[in-house]
Amino acid sequence: MAEAILEVFRGDRESGGAKQYSVPIAPGMVVLDALHYVQGHLEPDLAVRWNCKAGKCGSCSAEVNGRPRLTCKTRMDSLPQDKPITVYPMKSFPVIKDLVTDVSWNYRVNKKIPAFAPKPDAKWKMYQEDVERGQEFRKCIECFLCQNVCHVLRDHNKKEEFGGPRFFVRTAALEMHPLDSRNRARLLKDELGIGYCNITKCCTEVCPEEIHITDNAIIPLKERVVDEFYDPILKLVRKIRGAPKPD
Amino acid sequence: MTDISKYETHEYDVLIIGAGGAGLRAAIEALAQGARVAVVSKSLLGKAHTVMAEGGIAAAMANVDKADNWKTHFRDTMNGGKRLNNWRMAQLHAQEAPDRVRELEQWGALFDRTSDGEILQRAFGGHSFKRLCHVGDRTGLEMIRTLQDRGVQQGFDVFMECTIIRLLTSDGRISGAFGYWREQGRFVVFRAKAIVIATGGIGKAYRVTSNSWEYTGDGMALAYEAGADLQDMEFVQFHPTGMVWPPGVQGILVTEAVRGEGGILRNKNGERFMEKYDPKRMELSTRDVVARSIYTEVKEGRGSEHGGAFLDISHKPAEYVKKKLPSMYHQFKELADVDITKGPMEVGPTCHYMMGGIRVEAETAQASVPGLFAAGEAAAGLHGANRLGGNSLSDLLVFGRRAGLSATQHAKSTAHGVIDQQQIAEAEREMLAPFDRSPGENPYSVHRDLQEVMQNLVGIFRTEEDMTKALNELEKLKARAAHVRVEGSRMFNPGWHLARDLKSMLTVSEAVTRSALARKESRGAHSRIDFPGYDEQWGRQNNVTSREAGVMKLRQVPVKELPDDLKQLLAEEATLGAAK
Repeated sequence: MAEAILEVFRGDRESGGAKQYSVPIAPGMVVLDALHYVQGHLEPDLAVRWNCKAGKCGSCSAEVNGRPRLTCKTRMDSLPQDKPITVYPMKSFPVIKDLVTDVSWNYRVNKKIPAFAPKPDAKWKMYQEDVERGQEFRKCIECFLCQNVCHVLRDHNKKEEFGGPRFFVRTAALEMHPLDSRNRARLLKDELGIGYCNITKCCTEVCPEEIHITDNAIIPLKERVVDEFYDPILKLVRKIRGAPKPD
Repeated sequence: MTDISKYETHEYDVLIIGAGGAGLRAAIEALAQGARVAVVSKSLLGKAHTVMAEGGIAAAMANVDKADNWKTHFRDTMNGGKRLNNWRMAQLHAQEAPDRVRELEQWGALFDRTSDGEILQRAFGGHSFKRLCHVGDRTGLEMIRTLQDRGVQQGFDVFMECTIIRLLTSDGRISGAFGYWREQGRFVVFRAKAIVIATGGIGKAYRVTSNSWEYTGDGMALAYEAGADLQDMEFVQFHPTGMVWPPGVQGILVTEAVRGEGGILRNKNGERFMEKYDPKRMELSTRDVVARSIYTEVKEGRGSEHGGAFLDISHKPAEYVKKKLPSMYHQFKELADVDITKGPMEVGPTCHYMMGGIRVEAETAQASVPGLFAAGEAAAGLHGANRLGGNSLSDLLVFGRRAGLSATQHAKSTAHGVIDQQQIAEAEREMLAPFDRSPGENPYSVHRDLQEVMQNLVGIFRTEEDMTKALNELEKLKARAAHVRVEGSRMFNPGWHLARDLKSMLTVSEAVTRSALARKESRGAHSRIDFPGYDEQWGRQNNVTSREAGVMKLRQVPVKELPDDLKQLLAEEATLGAAK
């Protein structure tokens, strides 16, 4: 039976390094299968998060051959077999152990976003064409690969000032909900620091759900922020008409 | 004597174990009722198996088929469950599901729409009308995210990656729970006046399953050990369509929505074999029937190359398939190199769902131990001998809410119980023992053997001989599980976690096997080769499992008699027909 060499990060916050394992290859095998093989036969304490194993829960994110991926959707036969396949934890989050990282920061950011608040006179009639954009964003499985790859977080570690692509997607879903009544422009500008994003589209590239994060979520939100805070004409119109200010 | 002050300790009115649909809905209700609530979850928030529910939420909203109403939904559920259901649960479920769906929409869920702006509903196996509210084939994700956001907004406390290993009782009632943080392996004590078990199913006891590592029957085993009754444990649902190839994806769910949208099943000779087994409902027959049909086709030599059947949706326009079944399209393309818009999928039965579980009262979701409640897959009763697709998500909402409500009412009427330090000391000792053993077996190899036993001896078709053998094997496995050795430290150590989960899996596996052995008939998901037909006597009884003096006991309890108006309702079936 053919074998592959898997090079996996083993260690914790303090120390660690790469360790190689020889894994038998079966047809259609994915990287997560290989990790399970290591766990089940070689090292039972190898720490790896996973749940659905079908690309629907977003638990098994890691960096395979340097690329952020869901290990359950990364086929071994899509990777070169003549050298070790490297599997490392997501770089933008602190390592807990092996491939498991501390992603709790994401849950803290999420709490800052005001939830859906329906218009008081909502009739609950919505048409497919009106919900489609929101549905695109709600496909997000919270794998945090977009957060991991975003240079504002990965290279500059702006976790205090910047929310990251995942939470622009969530905010966009709320803002573009046909019946939502809130305005989250100030949140986007001040709390989530959307201005830091310089639309390099790395997030869009790694999204396993193929959400057009930059084009459909971030850019329209940036436009909203500009309209709200930086457009002198609109500002004047608003002053005269007394239109509501963002929350 | 253990001093509990050495443990991290938390105090709540209501503790909810499990953060899938039922647990989150229970938490939302308990919060709304003013309780102090915590949710404990083995995984990160939002990763529970609810995200894998694809097809939809069954609720008689009559948006598409105007003739639908709760009575028809009730009847379909009772017939699907072969009348072994708790009728009151089936009634409440059918009556309340539409409100629970509307509530989700008011909390921000975006369902697919009809042309006049209502929530769109699709056809599903065993449902007389188009009844499943859905979002493409990712309805469960929509539901869990909506509930998660709602709970976060209301401000519940969530203990993520924390596993409960013991329910604490004093004077026979719930006083709290003891668990450990997966990350550091530290122990944690929860004092609680009421506990809701919402831990889902037992799929990981089988080799071919759609379930993730979490579904090891923890909640059922914890409740059983605390003295609660389990019910209907013989009824394990094998979903007819799991992936069969390649090997790594074997068991992964292929949503029933494929058939709901018009998918056709064929054998290797190209025959549409459901014509033989259920000519009226064909592919949209109930899951027990379709699973057995596929199994039989394969067994009799008419299966696909990799031992499954062919499921084909490629006669529908490619754009339609991609729109209505996007996850399936990607799943097959990426994992199996199959383009489902062009050719058929290979599918076969996979262990998917547990109809049995903790025996509860219909209105309150209260188990037989005071202060203990259960909802969702962990509870028994609603689905009887076989669950209809789509009835699970609605179950989570209807009975999750009811459990949260009753748990809060219970908590308000009672004081905190005493924490029994002996119980904590025992649980801690047992949990740490695998580190001290040398030599000892790897928990993974015991788990693999357990899965083979359940898969081969207590699977879709069962016999007395097989199951007697299974009971013997389970005894040996129990002995092996008590002597597993764990390597490494307590920090995020999956081998150690599995060593504990094995204990729960063995408990529920024994309950499944004993109940299945006792039921000398075939009904719903329970098929006996040695007793192929219905038995009227057994049709009026539920199997109930409980622990007496440390030993598993089985007894039969009469199924609750239906009131006359509902009896009448079921009798009307013949005039309406079962499926459109």
